[in-house]
Amino acid sequence: MDAILFLIFAVIAVVCGINVVVQSHPISSAISLIGVMGSLAVLYLLLGAEFLAAAQVIVYAGAIMVLFVFVIMLLNAGGETGRGRSFLAQLLGAPVLIAFLGLMAFFVQRLFPGTEMVQFGAFHGGTAQAVGRALFTQFLLPFEVISVLILIAVLGAIVLARKEFDR
Amino acid sequence: MNFFLLSAIKAALVAAVLLTTLAYLQWVERKVIAHIQVRPGPYRVGPHGLLQPLADVIKLLTKEDLIPPHVNKLVYMMAPFLAIVTALFSIAVIPFGGEVQYPGGSTWMQLTDLNIGLLFVLAVSSVGVYGITLAGWASNNKYSLLGSLRSSAQMISYELPFSLAVAAPLLLANTLSLREMVQHQAGYYLGFIPRWNVFQGPMPQIVGLALFLIAAFAETNRIPFDLPEAENELVAGYHTEYSSMKFASFFMAEYANMITSCAMTTTLFLGGWLPLWPASAGSNYVPTAIFLLAGAFALYHGLHPARRKDRISLPVVAVVFFLLALMFAVPAVQTVLLPLFWFAAKTGFLLFVFIWVRGTLPRFRYDQLMAFAWKVMFPIAVVNLMLTAVMVELFS
Repeated sequence: MDAILFLIFAVIAVVCGINVVVQSHPISSAISLIGVMGSLAVLYLLLGAEFLAAAQVIVYAGAIMVLFVFVIMLLNAGGETGRGRSFLAQLLGAPVLIAFLGLMAFFVQRLFPGTEMVQFGAFHGGTAQAVGRALFTQFLLPFEVISVLILIAVLGAIVLARKEFDR
Repeated sequence: MNFFLLSAIKAALVAAVLLTTLAYLQWVERKVIAHIQVRPGPYRVGPHGLLQPLADVIKLLTKEDLIPPHVNKLVYMMAPFLAIVTALFSIAVIPFGGEVQYPGGSTWMQLTDLNIGLLFVLAVSSVGVYGITLAGWASNNKYSLLGSLRSSAQMISYELPFSLAVAAPLLLANTLSLREMVQHQAGYYLGFIPRWNVFQGPMPQIVGLALFLIAAFAETNRIPFDLPEAENELVAGYHTEYSSMKFASFFMAEYANMITSCAMTTTLFLGGWLPLWPASAGSNYVPTAIFLLAGAFALYHGLHPARRKDRISLPVVAVVFFLLALMFAVPAVQTVLLPLFWFAAKTGFLLFVFIWVRGTLPRFRYDQLMAFAWKVMFPIAVVNLMLTAVMVELFS
């Protein structure tokens, strides 16, 4: 049951991911990206990380992608009108992609040799309590650093937005 | 009993009740608005217009389903579907009552109790924006696009005070599961003040409730925040180009969102299925008393009829009410019906508030709406959350 669900949503994620690149209209790409986010959330859920799944939907599918769609609609961006792929891209695209995937596979093999198969339902540390405890004890420093980083981004956005009013 | 069979039965029951409420909520809204404006409202189809929802459904089903030639077809077809699905989704985690015994086992009056129940509701409501946004964009119409832009900006803005208002009762209850949230609110101070989150120490969530309700108005695009479909500015906003059942599904989504918001408010702040005062002080007899009174009222008017047909119809209504009162008085079914009654009473009252506000307040201007979210509600929500955190830390 879990394996079937995993296969279904993994396929959806990959197809949507390819669709993001293939589609010529930004809104269609954005909708496909929402599909990727949603199916990733389901995969997290299958692995027992329910808090992460909910956060994935709330933050990525719910907030960030809404902003994406909002901005695309606000700018009224039309479909892509370019001539398509350049000669270089046509020539090198597939080989470079295959080389990149091969390299990734190689590194994963070297870094995690002989790791056993993922067991669906074996992991129980994904509750909100467990994640919260981990964030505020073991990973407190990265957590705080990231919040400062986000604060800087927010300040930057405010500075950019205020520039016109001050002068 | 088989888990799947049980779930199917529960889902069918909840769906049937939810869809009936959906249809009749519109009748109730039209009636209440009409009475606020001193006119009778729907009156022709059935007694007091009671069959009006059915007539509306038939009308909408038989209307021509137009697809304008200038739309983006796939997204245009997908949008109303998305809107209604996300609107109906979150009812799955809302607890309607306690545990029910049946021969051979017991089950909870809830479709499913997730340990991330609250986050699930937030996630579904944050995805719910897409229905409206994409509908406006796919229609390829200026007014629709403006409506959906307004809607997405509004929903993103109000999501913040909404989530912050939700976080405060979370601190009190220390759980994300909605069932445990309600169980945490059981009990009474001094024997009569319920320990609901609105009244619960160390930090009563009265401000939180107000914030949550106001944000819920905005999230459901109801007056006074119905800018996305402001008919005197935008024709009809995001659903201008829709007809027949696609049009209806946007309306159903709005009403379903209303019901979900009210049920969530009940669960988070007003103690869910728990009674207003303890059973030792007679809260078990409230529904019986209400139905007896209503029956007596109908019977009195049946005996002193204003019109000829009242002589038969009103006593029939009275008998129905008396039967309902009798049903609530039987101890065997009380354990099932009483929680449902209290849950429905609280949710129904909140729904009435939604309609009442629609009959009372005018629409905000758009800049007022945004300023209100960011400059008033957001700071208050942050202060409320921080105060709650400090109080919880100090006193419990």
